[in-house]
Amino acid sequence: MRLSYPTNVRIVKLPCSGRVDVIHLMTAFEEGADGVFVAGCLEGDCHYQSGNLRAKRRVAYVAEILDQIGVGGERVQMYNLSAGQGPRFAEIAREMTEKIRQLGPSPIRKAKSKGPKGPATEEAA
Amino acid sequence: MIIAKGKPVEEIINDIRGYKKVLVLGCDGCVTVCEAGGMKEAQILGSALRMHFRLQGEDVSVEEASLTRQCDRPYLAQLNDKIGNYDAVVSLACGAGVQFMAETFDNKPIFPGVNTCFIGVTEEKGVWTERCQACGDCVLASTGGICPVARCSKRMSNGPCGGSANGKCEVSKETDCGWHLIYERLKQLGQLDRFSKPTSARSWSTSRDGGPRKVIKEVARI
Repeated sequence: MRLSYPTNVRIVKLPCSGRVDVIHLMTAFEEGADGVFVAGCLEGDCHYQSGNLRAKRRVAYVAEILDQIGVGGERVQMYNLSAGQGPRFAEIAREMTEKIRQLGPSPIRKAKSKGPKGPATEEAA
Repeated sequence: MIIAKGKPVEEIINDIRGYKKVLVLGCDGCVTVCEAGGMKEAQILGSALRMHFRLQGEDVSVEEASLTRQCDRPYLAQLNDKIGNYDAVVSLACGAGVQFMAETFDNKPIFPGVNTCFIGVTEEKGVWTERCQACGDCVLASTGGICPVARCSKRMSNGPCGGSANGKCEVSKETDCGWHLIYERLKQLGQLDRFSKPTSARSWSTSRDGGPRKVIKEVARI
């Protein structure tokens, strides 16, 4: 389809969004990600029955922790779309990038004195 | 197993404020199974604490580790060489583990990272329910294997109270009446005659009424 989406999105490919664990999302933020979105399949369409629903709960859990520690839970978000929805993926990537841009850089990255530069936005599919 | 629940991160942050080198210590026993205080939870909490202190501009190092059990001295001894590297420890073990850590490393502040809730079972993934209150005088033989101490809100000994309705307890519509469960189970077992023999008043001295408890098994001693 040769769709374009923001180049700052780094894709982490996983066989199912159910593989996304709380610690993966936490680590992404700790390493300096400005935002993370998890792109799972449409609800009810998980090949493994409930992987995307588990991912949804984990994303909500991480959002809660991020709120508690002052990073802001709005920096992590769950999206549901099918593998056939390429244009929607590009749209989500743009939407999330715009949202994070408005929120500004990750306060963690700003506070980090040294270390590797984190990606602007991460995504797991 | 002992069921626990993680404390809010904010509460832990308040407890450890001012310490510069913190160890988040998981326990591989019960709290790992109930997903409250194993290595996985230690890593998540450690990450959250590091991010928080970095945001605050405070130079605090947070590391994680986990012991096979925190309620046995040989496992605690594995920390002997490392404990000096830390100012404070957040223990994700049950209350017993936290206290044993504090006793063993008596000059080190130990903070609880979980709230210890009860002795229970895994009802389903992510759901745990209470089954035992460690009263020290088990009556399950005469109650169809259902505990009136843990399952009845009033710990009644001879049957339900007036608050039992349609199998539920007056405390909450979601709580089964323990004695209703016992009645149904005894009926299934053909042991309803149990109700014609009231049990005598029980002694609670083996429970908390007797103060802190101790078990000694002479044959097991060295």
